[in-house]
Amino acid sequence: MNTQTNDRITDIKERYKGGVLKYKQMGYWRPDYTPKETDFICVFRITPQEGVDIEEAAAAVAGESSTATWTVVWTDLLTAHEDYQGKAYRVDAVPGTGTDTDKEAQYFAYIAYDIILFEEGSIANVAASLIGNVFSFKPLKAARLEDMRFPVAYVKTFKGPPTGIIVERERLDKYGRPLLGATMKPKLGLSGKNYGRVVYEGLTGGLDFTKDDENINSQPFMHWRDRFLFCMEAVNKSQANTGEIKGHYLNVTAATMEDMYERAEFAKQLGSNIVMIDLVVGWSAIQSMSNWCRKNDMILHMHRAGHGTYTRQKNHGVSFRVIAKWLRLAGVDHLHTGTAVGKLEGDPMTVQGYYNVCRDSVTKQDYSRGIFFDQDWADLRKVMPVASGGIHVGQMHQLMHLFGDDMVLQFGGGTIGHPSGIQAGATANRVGIECMVMARNEGRDILNEGPDILKAATKWCKPLETALETWKDVAFNYTSTDTPDFVTTPTTSN
Amino acid sequence: MHITQGQFSFLPPLTDAQIRAQVDYAISKGWAVSIEWTDDPHPRNVYWNMWGHPMFEIKDGAAVIFDLTACRKACPNAYIKVNAFDNTRGVESMVMSYIVDRPAMEPGFKLVRQESEGRMVRYTTSAYSTDTPDGCTCG
Repeated sequence: MNTQTNDRITDIKERYKGGVLKYKQMGYWRPDYTPKETDFICVFRITPQEGVDIEEAAAAVAGESSTATWTVVWTDLLTAHEDYQGKAYRVDAVPGTGTDTDKEAQYFAYIAYDIILFEEGSIANVAASLIGNVFSFKPLKAARLEDMRFPVAYVKTFKGPPTGIIVERERLDKYGRPLLGATMKPKLGLSGKNYGRVVYEGLTGGLDFTKDDENINSQPFMHWRDRFLFCMEAVNKSQANTGEIKGHYLNVTAATMEDMYERAEFAKQLGSNIVMIDLVVGWSAIQSMSNWCRKNDMILHMHRAGHGTYTRQKNHGVSFRVIAKWLRLAGVDHLHTGTAVGKLEGDPMTVQGYYNVCRDSVTKQDYSRGIFFDQDWADLRKVMPVASGGIHVGQMHQLMHLFGDDMVLQFGGGTIGHPSGIQAGATANRVGIECMVMARNEGRDILNEGPDILKAATKWCKPLETALETWKDVAFNYTSTDTPDFVTTPTTSN
Repeated sequence: MHITQGQFSFLPPLTDAQIRAQVDYAISKGWAVSIEWTDDPHPRNVYWNMWGHPMFEIKDGAAVIFDLTACRKACPNAYIKVNAFDNTRGVESMVMSYIVDRPAMEPGFKLVRQESEGRMVRYTTSAYSTDTPDGCTCG
């Protein structure tokens, strides 16, 4: 056993004589390596155990996420083994951690993988490789997949969003403004008929979309067929009331693929233009539903239920920007990406990074938004980000300043909780959007003048006046747990 | 009723100055501006009548207002909208669309329900304005 040196052992006899070598010795630490255009590149944030050499830790991540096992195996020699090895080529200390700080030392480990390691068009395979065993590896206290770059050649093996932002807007005939939605409340307990009432009031009042919540499936109080039937009555009736295309995200999440297909088929037969699934259904189910939607002209709404269990803590898990990239490839049309100003986790710059991943043709490296690499999306369709969770019309100018037009703004409580009723709540929000878009296009500085712009509209829109009065003091100003490490100016959600 | 298609249907009717400000915004972005009109505002009627071609690479919003005035004169009781089109790769679609004129009385839509097997209902929406053969107001 050769443990005398840390250096890569290139002599074949020495390298493969059996026993245990360090990962560095086995060739997983390659500081001289320049990633190829066709390589996958990942950056992991790693927290090594006490006394573990950082380059060895990076090499271990590269090894455990590619070919390595804990001991030397001669069968490597039956392969072009160097190509199959993940190659850690760079390690940087994470700013603000380690010596002289109150945080234990963390490092960004950059690892390149040859494209041959990945099955074409399979996020399940990507996930099994990159966040498989390596995340339980003992020499690391914690590990997080911060960001990654896909080679264009691999991007082209995915069909991506079945509809995409552009075609969605063309189907709905809605341009030049954020779309407006609301999640039906209360989440649980309404019968199909009562639930449809909320849908009807919201859509007739001015919403473009209403939405099932993530945990609305087919419970005893409301079976799925009942919900679908009553919701489509509401959609069609509100469409006739307003002359405008409306939709309700029918959540088809279920126990099996067969159940999900059955529900999606029924939604199609009823004329729904959109169905919804939850992230918890898993990568293969997501790609299957994406294919189904592509075949059936259906918009696919993705609720990111469950992501907070592995995206929120900075030291361990997978960043949401990586999940967003995977979902764009896997093929969803809508994706909940945060609000920055609402009730759920989200540093503004970091959240803007997620929006960019969803909507860019080419995403540029931008450390201040947590984006480590350029990513060419190779004309893959764009995902419509959804801002949902504890937002209200009084924040309209902030939301549009941060995120622009191509998003769905979902005010659930901020619609249904309106003191004058659901229609009034919907109208207030729609007026808020329209007057803000108009003012911005006229060249006004909406971030600073936003409150005045809204106030001016209250002169002729009573529901807006009531909404602003009701929610004027609501803000969720908590410190974010997931923030960029390279901020030049601190950002807050104030 | 009051149809709510477009960017600004929940706001009070736009003045010519407001219409022009939006046109100027589109021009500043390099977008093409077009005018369309119809008597059939059905939500799935995507092909309204074009009032001339989209104006590509225009410099002055006055041209749009000039054409809009002519369209209004010719179609005094129609729906008229102004659109902006972005031909950037990856967009190549409409990026603005707002109604600038509508009939004094909007007749609205009829919703027909055809009961089908089980509790299934097939819905058909039709614009009352297209009920009469002479529905066209534009000659």
